[in-house]
Amino acid sequence: MDNILSVLIFFPAIAGLLGFVVDKKSARAYGITVAAIEFLLSLWLWFSFDTGNAGMQFVEMIPLIPDFGVSYYLGVDGISLFIILMTTLMTLIGMVSMSIEKDIKNMIITLLFLEMTMVGVFVALDAIVFYLFWELSLVPMLYIVGAWGGPLRVYAAIKFFLYTFMGSLVMLVGMLFVAYVYHSLTGVWSFAITDWYALVLPVNYQLWLFAAFFLGFAIKVPMFPFHTWLPYAHGQAPTIGSVILAAVLLKMGTYGFVRFSLPMFPDASVMMITPIAVLSIIMIIYTAMVAYAQKDMKQVIAYSSVSHMGIIMIGIFAMNSEGIGGSVFQMLSHGIVSGALFMLVGIIYDRRHTKLMSEFGGLAAVMPKYAVIFGIMLMASVGLPLTIGFVGEFLVLLGFYEISPVMTILAGTSIILGAVYMLSVFKKSFFGPVTKEENKNLKDLTAKETWSLVPLVAIVIWLGVYPKPVLDPINKSVNAMLVFMEEKAITAEAKDIIKVPQSATNAGEVK
Amino acid sequence: MFEPIKVSLESLNLVTLAPMLIAIAGGLVILVLDLINSKLHKSLYVMLTILILVVDFGATIGLNVNERGFFDVMLIDGISIISQLLIIVASILFTPLALTSKRFHEYSYPEFFALFLFMVAGFQFMVASDNLILIFVGLETASLSLYTLIALHNRSNSYEAAVKYFTMGALAAGFFAMGAAVVYALTGSIELYQVAQVLSARLGETGIMAAIFGSSVLLMVTLAFKLSLFPFHTWAPDVYEGASAPLAGYMAIVPKIAAFVVAIRIFGMYLDLGIEWVRVMILILAIVTMTLANVMALVQEDVKRMLAYSSISHAGFIMAALALDTTEGTTSIFLYYALFMFTNLGAFAMLWISRHKVRKFDARYDHPFSKFAGLVQIMPMGAVIMALFMLSLAGVPPFSVFWGKIYVMQAAVNAGYVWLAIIMGLNAAIAAYYYLKLVVYMFLKDPVKDVDTVYYNLSKPLMVVIGFAAVTTIAAIFYVQPLVSYLYYMISASGY
Repeated sequence: MDNILSVLIFFPAIAGLLGFVVDKKSARAYGITVAAIEFLLSLWLWFSFDTGNAGMQFVEMIPLIPDFGVSYYLGVDGISLFIILMTTLMTLIGMVSMSIEKDIKNMIITLLFLEMTMVGVFVALDAIVFYLFWELSLVPMLYIVGAWGGPLRVYAAIKFFLYTFMGSLVMLVGMLFVAYVYHSLTGVWSFAITDWYALVLPVNYQLWLFAAFFLGFAIKVPMFPFHTWLPYAHGQAPTIGSVILAAVLLKMGTYGFVRFSLPMFPDASVMMITPIAVLSIIMIIYTAMVAYAQKDMKQVIAYSSVSHMGIIMIGIFAMNSEGIGGSVFQMLSHGIVSGALFMLVGIIYDRRHTKLMSEFGGLAAVMPKYAVIFGIMLMASVGLPLTIGFVGEFLVLLGFYEISPVMTILAGTSIILGAVYMLSVFKKSFFGPVTKEENKNLKDLTAKETWSLVPLVAIVIWLGVYPKPVLDPINKSVNAMLVFMEEKAITAEAKDIIKVPQSATNAGEVK
Repeated sequence: MFEPIKVSLESLNLVTLAPMLIAIAGGLVILVLDLINSKLHKSLYVMLTILILVVDFGATIGLNVNERGFFDVMLIDGISIISQLLIIVASILFTPLALTSKRFHEYSYPEFFALFLFMVAGFQFMVASDNLILIFVGLETASLSLYTLIALHNRSNSYEAAVKYFTMGALAAGFFAMGAAVVYALTGSIELYQVAQVLSARLGETGIMAAIFGSSVLLMVTLAFKLSLFPFHTWAPDVYEGASAPLAGYMAIVPKIAAFVVAIRIFGMYLDLGIEWVRVMILILAIVTMTLANVMALVQEDVKRMLAYSSISHAGFIMAALALDTTEGTTSIFLYYALFMFTNLGAFAMLWISRHKVRKFDARYDHPFSKFAGLVQIMPMGAVIMALFMLSLAGVPPFSVFWGKIYVMQAAVNAGYVWLAIIMGLNAAIAAYYYLKLVVYMFLKDPVKDVDTVYYNLSKPLMVVIGFAAVTTIAAIFYVQPLVSYLYYMISASGY
């Protein structure tokens, strides 16, 4: 099936449209079935993916507006493949674990449309198609936060929408400018990213364009100081909204850096290493401290999620195979772990209708299964060896060590600080005597909750012990990208810093 | 003794007049029908009007590009054909809305339809000429009909709106006449192509710049008034509020297309002559208009007024493309209006789905935001469609206005105005807030209780028009390509 990517994009959308007909009582079963089929399709994508090939696969290309260079152009490589898998997996798990009763049908339909836009972002190879799905993903999320959220939901939803919308409009101008430069050099209009890769831009153009794309991506990540929308969105969103937001939507920003900023503006990226590293380190340390100060369990997870995004950012700008590959791996790990943590917080919220840590205590005695899974996810989040969190974090720090040992040490505090606030959450909520009367009779995990969390635990341990099947294809594509960036870079400084791994140069793989 | 004037019929090229004559004849037929039998139902007039407009469309699309006719005052170039087509399509879309299930005074008068057709003919004259007098005549024919159409909506604030529009319009007409007089005094001609020749020869003379400045300020005031550009926009929200909702949507499109064509002819000529301050003047007007109207729209409490300010802002957005003076820039003007037309008319028509005998929600406004609260629970399909229109207006892809927006921004980038593109982008972000506000009201708030006094106004024609607008809004991605290539071909063929 050569057009599997189109199927992956439009299957949930068509299912969403047909979902209007499905009866309200069966909506959840319908949604889970559709999401499961979608996940199986994405697994099929993985199995038919040629791991020996570093370039784009399953490419589809249909000209949409030839006069303007816009085409429906899709493809996956090792970088996007696993993010797509993670997207479909987290949508499925999120749907299985969902405890919402109100307007369940609308929620299912919204989630299916959201899944379409998320898959679309990661498979698009045309800048306009990418932008289209990127913007469109805001609408379902606006609805999820706004309709099922907490008391301040409307404010949080609008803030989320406007913040990202503004950033991406500046990015759009950047895209239009790249297209203009491409046209003035070649005489052809094109928005295809692979065509743009071939452009060698002068350094001052690169810097301006880097800034324009940076604004779009950094707000989505969210980089410090553009992160203020995220705590609101997480604080007000329902559990499913937080899961999808943390697991997938934030990855769009970091994915954008890997897909656009690095290969298109290698010299500007190298020049911006220090500023971005400084911002990322501020983000890591500052949000970790904020996380420690929170009283609300969900806010701790939200800030910890921002803090870990800093690790991903720093890895991307390590400019070598370990750093970037580790970052992409860390995106998966962050998606699974923080998604699971938000689900766990949602589970206790459903039982107690509060997320304040002071309300809990001694939960380990009352809910042993819950405490075990929470503990495993917490360890993975901190980056304990043999969990998924360790692999990515280790590779990122290893990669960035070549750029700056001092900054690596500062970034490495994320592990210590993470341990501090996470263990304090664990201690306050799970250990000690059961102080509150209401907590004494809490039910442990139900079958539904267990079955949605156990697969995630399995993945966390599997990929922590044996990450090779995932890391190999990622590294293959990352290496090819580095070779190509090194060739394209025009300043000596950039050529010096971008590290092409030996194996890649020997094999002579050029994208 | 004067010599008898001998003109061969052939040289008149009367076919260039055919589209307008069809519309005028159609209007007369409707009046005659009413004279013969005054009991005819309005549905007959609606259908007749549509048929006449279809014939008009056919006659226009068959015209040859770059012909002159009727003593050379008619100019059928690419932009005159495409603007006529846009005007006719918008009119065809508007007409079925007269078949509402509720009875409105204005649509039971056959005069309404006759005036409507005269107005269309007036706009067609306005765009199909480069003779300042004929432009003026077309402008006044159309405007006078339009004032009357507004006033036919038989309510006190409609009279107020019509009188306001009339007095302001009369003032603008005066300015146009004075501006044209200055042009005539300078060049001895009112044909713009001759004006351009004379001016290019005399551009170096002392004092000529001051005279051009005087004339272009006067002409700019007129067009700024018609295009509702800052600071001549103040009439627009009041007039839109007073007019019936679909007519307001219509007024946000058709008169503006016609005025843009005149602006392209006059100011495009000045820009081609290399007069740079004209560009600065247009840019300042455009930027101030789009920004200020956006800010004003933020604080509106009435959806119709919000849409009025939003359409002012869109006009400012497009005005910036005029300053670029490139083929792409001019194409983007028409592309934007072609795409904006459906969405905007659809959004205004959606205001009409419910009506109240008394002002139920708010003493001051007809369409306050609270009226739309929780619409998704009352009328899910309607809420979804209205949300589509709002997202489209906000420029969310892949809906229609997005393609217009990026084409305008691309044209600005190509012409070297990256900063202009950024200002446009930031303005689109501001605008997203007030469009979202309506979406939030419809989807995220609960309906105001006790809604039993609402009279739904969902007739089949209304649904067809809204449905058509929704489909064109969603499916824009599939027809942008042929549209762009047709517009680009027509515009480059006429040398803009």
